[in-house]
Amino acid sequence: MTAIVLDQVDEKKRRFLIVATSAASAVAAGGVAVPFLGSWFPSARALAAGAPVEVDVSKIESGQQITVEWRGKPVWVMRRTPEMLAQLEKNDALLADPQSGSSKQPDYVKGAARSIKPEVFVAVGVCTHLGCSPTLKKEVGAASDMGTDWPGGYYCPCHNSRFDLAARVFKGSPAPTNLEIPPHRYLSDARIIVGEDQKG
Amino acid sequence: MKKLIAILLLAPSLGFAFGGGVVLDPAPVNLHDKLSLQRGAQVFVNHCLNCHSASAMRYSKLTDLGLNQGQIRENLMLASDKIGDPMSTTLDPKEGKAWFGVMPPDLSLVARSRGADWLYTYLRGFYRDPAAKSGWNNTVFPNVGMPHVLWEYQGSQALQVADKGATKLVLDGPGKLAPAEYDKYVGDLVNYLVYMGEPARAKRVQIGIVVMFFLAVFFVITVLLKKEYWKDVR
Amino acid sequence: MAVTNKPPVTGAGPFNGVLTWFDQRFPLMVLWRTQLTEYYAPKNFNVWYFFGSLAALVLVIQIVSGIFLTMNYKPSAEHAFASVEYIMRDVPGGWIIRYIHSTGASAFFIVVYLHMARGLMYGSYRKPRELTWIFGVLIYLCLMAEAFFGYLLPWGQMSFWGAQVIINLFATIPIIGEDLSVWIRGDYNVSDATLNRFFALHVIAIPMALLGLVAAHLMALHETGSNNPDGIEIYENLDPKTGTPVDGIPFHPYYTVKDLVGVAVFLIVFCAIVFFSPEVGGYFLEYNNFIPADPLTTPTHIAPVWYFTPFYAMLRAIPSFFNMQVWGVIVMGAAVMIFFAMPWLDRGRTKSIRYRGPIYSAFFAVFVVTFVILGYLGVEPTNVWGEFPKGIPMVGGDYIATWVARALTAVYFAFFLLMPWYTARDKEKPVPQRLT
Repeated sequence: MTAIVLDQVDEKKRRFLIVATSAASAVAAGGVAVPFLGSWFPSARALAAGAPVEVDVSKIESGQQITVEWRGKPVWVMRRTPEMLAQLEKNDALLADPQSGSSKQPDYVKGAARSIKPEVFVAVGVCTHLGCSPTLKKEVGAASDMGTDWPGGYYCPCHNSRFDLAARVFKGSPAPTNLEIPPHRYLSDARIIVGEDQKG
Repeated sequence: MKKLIAILLLAPSLGFAFGGGVVLDPAPVNLHDKLSLQRGAQVFVNHCLNCHSASAMRYSKLTDLGLNQGQIRENLMLASDKIGDPMSTTLDPKEGKAWFGVMPPDLSLVARSRGADWLYTYLRGFYRDPAAKSGWNNTVFPNVGMPHVLWEYQGSQALQVADKGATKLVLDGPGKLAPAEYDKYVGDLVNYLVYMGEPARAKRVQIGIVVMFFLAVFFVITVLLKKEYWKDVR
Repeated sequence: MAVTNKPPVTGAGPFNGVLTWFDQRFPLMVLWRTQLTEYYAPKNFNVWYFFGSLAALVLVIQIVSGIFLTMNYKPSAEHAFASVEYIMRDVPGGWIIRYIHSTGASAFFIVVYLHMARGLMYGSYRKPRELTWIFGVLIYLCLMAEAFFGYLLPWGQMSFWGAQVIINLFATIPIIGEDLSVWIRGDYNVSDATLNRFFALHVIAIPMALLGLVAAHLMALHETGSNNPDGIEIYENLDPKTGTPVDGIPFHPYYTVKDLVGVAVFLIVFCAIVFFSPEVGGYFLEYNNFIPADPLTTPTHIAPVWYFTPFYAMLRAIPSFFNMQVWGVIVMGAAVMIFFAMPWLDRGRTKSIRYRGPIYSAFFAVFVVTFVILGYLGVEPTNVWGEFPKGIPMVGGDYIATWVARALTAVYFAFFLLMPWYTARDKEKPVPQRLT
C-alpha cells in the first residue's frame, strides 16, 4: 500500500487548473518585469539633462553662429546673411539631397534654407557619416581654405564630408545624408527652444 | 575606542531624542488634498527654500500636485532655475554655518526621519527666548538654531510655567493669521513635506490595490490546484 | 548511432523531441526523477514546512532586485545616500525595486527563523540530518553577514552607526582588537573605504557563498530525505512491491502544488508590506536612516534592525569584567555558534516535540518566549522598564531591563547547555510505526 491512490483523477480538471495557474504565473512574471525592465528607461535626471534648451537668438549677429548643448550633442544656431541665403538657392546641382527628402528634419522645415525663419538656422552639429562634429567654413572662395569654388558651408575634418550653409551634403562626400535638424520652435521673436516641436 | 563602545552601548539608555517627552499634536496630513499640497508647496518655496534645500526633489515632479509646468515656473521657481532642476537653496554653506551654527539641513526626507506630527508641533512650538542666539526657542527642539521664520504669520508666543512644572505656550503678540488659520497654514506645509518625503506614495498604494486583487485570484487558483491533486493522497 | 542508449522522453507532448535531445547530452530526466517526481517526501508536512521553499523564493527575490539596484546605486560615501533617493524618485519604477529589496531583507529573516524553529520542534537536526542542519546554520551566518554589510550601503545615520558599533565589537578583543577593527574598516573610522568593500562583499562574495551553501543544504537533504512532524523515518517502511516508502508521496506534483499555495500567501503578505507599509513602523526601514550618515553626531537611540536584536540585547546586558568588554561579544558569538552543536547536545530518543516529554516541551516553550523578549529588549532603550529602587542589594539603581536581559541570556544558554541532561531524562511518549 502506498500513499498515492489514483482512482479519482479528473484529467480535464487538472489540465484546466494547470493552465490557469500557469497563466496566472505568467501574468505575475509579466507584472514583475514591468518595473524591472522599465527601470532601464532614462531617469528623471537623464530627462532633465536632455530637456529642451532655450536659446536667445536676438543676440546672435548676422553671419555669427553659436553652439548649444542639447542631449549631449552640439546644436548650432546661426543667423545667416541675405548673401548666404541667396547662395543656398544656387547650390542644388552640387548637392546629394537638395530637397532633404531622405534626410532627418521636422516637416515644418522646408526648402533650401531648412529653417523656420530663413535667416535663423538650427542644426545638430553631428556628421551623419561617423559622428564627428563638422567645423564652420562660412567664407566663400579662397579665403575659406577650401578651394576657390567653395560656396560657404561646413567641413568635417574626420573624413572630408562637406555641407553647405543649410547643412546639406555635397555630392562626393562620405556622409550619406544632410545633417539633422532638431525639433525646435519660437517662444517669441527673440527666443527659440530646441527639443520641442512647433505646435500645429 | 573602548570608551566609544561604552558610550554607544549606553546611548540608548539616555532616552528618545524627540523633545524630552513633549506630546506631539497629530498633523492633518491628506495627500489626496491637492489644493492643500499646492499651498504647502508655495509656503515651502517662499519660506523654507531660502535656507534649506530639497535636493532630491525636482520642480518638474510638482506636476503630481495638479500643477502644469507653466504654473510651476511662474509661481514656484526662480527665473534662473530650470524645470528639471532639484530644489536647491541659494544660501552659501559657509554663510549658513556662520549664521545658524550648522548649514540648515536638506529637507527632502525630513518628514520620513522626523515624522509629520513632530514637524507640525515643531513649526507651531516656537517661543520668545532672550537667552537664545536667534531670540527664539522651541518646545520640541530645545535650543534650535533656526529662528521662527513664520513669526509674522503666527505672532509671538511666550512659554509659561504652570503648576507642577508643566509648561504651556501663550500667544502674546498676534500675527497676520488667527491661531486656527496658522495651524491650517502649517498643516498645508507639513502635508507638502510628507508628500515630498516620498512622492511615489500615492502611486504605490494605487498599484498595491491592483496587486492585492490579482494575488487573491492567484491564491484561489493555487488552492483549487492543490486540492485537486491531493485527492490522490491517502 | 544514437548519442546514448537512453530511451526517448515521453509524456511531454510537443516537447518530447527537444527534451530527448537534451536528455541524451545532459542528465535531465535523471535529475527530474530523482529530485522531483521520484523524490519521496513524507505525506504529513504541515504549515511549518512551507518556509524552506519560501526561503528559496526570497533568495531569488533578493538576488534579482539586488542586481537591479546595483545598476543605479553608487558605493561611495559622497554619493551613496543620494543615489538611493535617486533610485526612489528618478529611476522609473526604482522605488518598487528598492522596497522589494528592503522588505525582502526582513522577510528573509522571518522565513528563516520560522524554518529554524521547525527544525528545532521536529528534531530535523538529529541523525542522519546533521550536515543539512550545519549547512543551514552556515546559511544563517552568511545571511547575518549579508544583512550587516548591506545595511551600511544606504549610508544613513543608522547604517553608519550600526556598522560603527558592530565593527568596534572587534576592537574589544584583547591585544589585536584595535588593529583588527582598523583593518576591517580600512580607515580610522567607518568611511568610503569601508562602504566600498562592504559593497563588494554584499553583492558578490556573500551571495556566491550563500548559493553554494543552499545547494549543499539541498543535496544533503535529498540524500537523507526529509524529516516530518512525527519524526519518523519514512524510508524504514517501504512498500515491498514498489520499493517506495508507504508514507511517502512524490515531491512533484504533490508538494510543488502545495508550496505554490504557500507562495501565494507569502506574496500577499510581502506585497501588502511593499505597497502599503514598507517602513513597518520603523522596523524594516528605520526613521533615522532617512538622515545622511554624519560621523560627528550619533542618533540618541540606536538599535540594530529587528532581526539582530535578540543577540544585541545579550551583548548589551553583559557587563565588563577585569576591565575588559570582550565578554559581551563572546556571549553574543556563542549564542549563534551554539546552534552548530545541536545535533550532539540532544540525547532524546524521539525527534519530534509531539512525542517528547514535558521537560523538553517546557524548555522549548520557554526558549521561544525568551528569544522573543530578548528581541523586544534589543529594540528598546535599556531604560524601557525603569530602574530598580535604590537600596536593593546588587541591583538597586540598575535598569530593570538590563537584569531581565541577563536572566534571559542565562535561560537561552540553559536551553542548549542543559539539553544533554534533560533530554536523556525526559519521559517520552511512544512513537507510532506509521505517520499520523
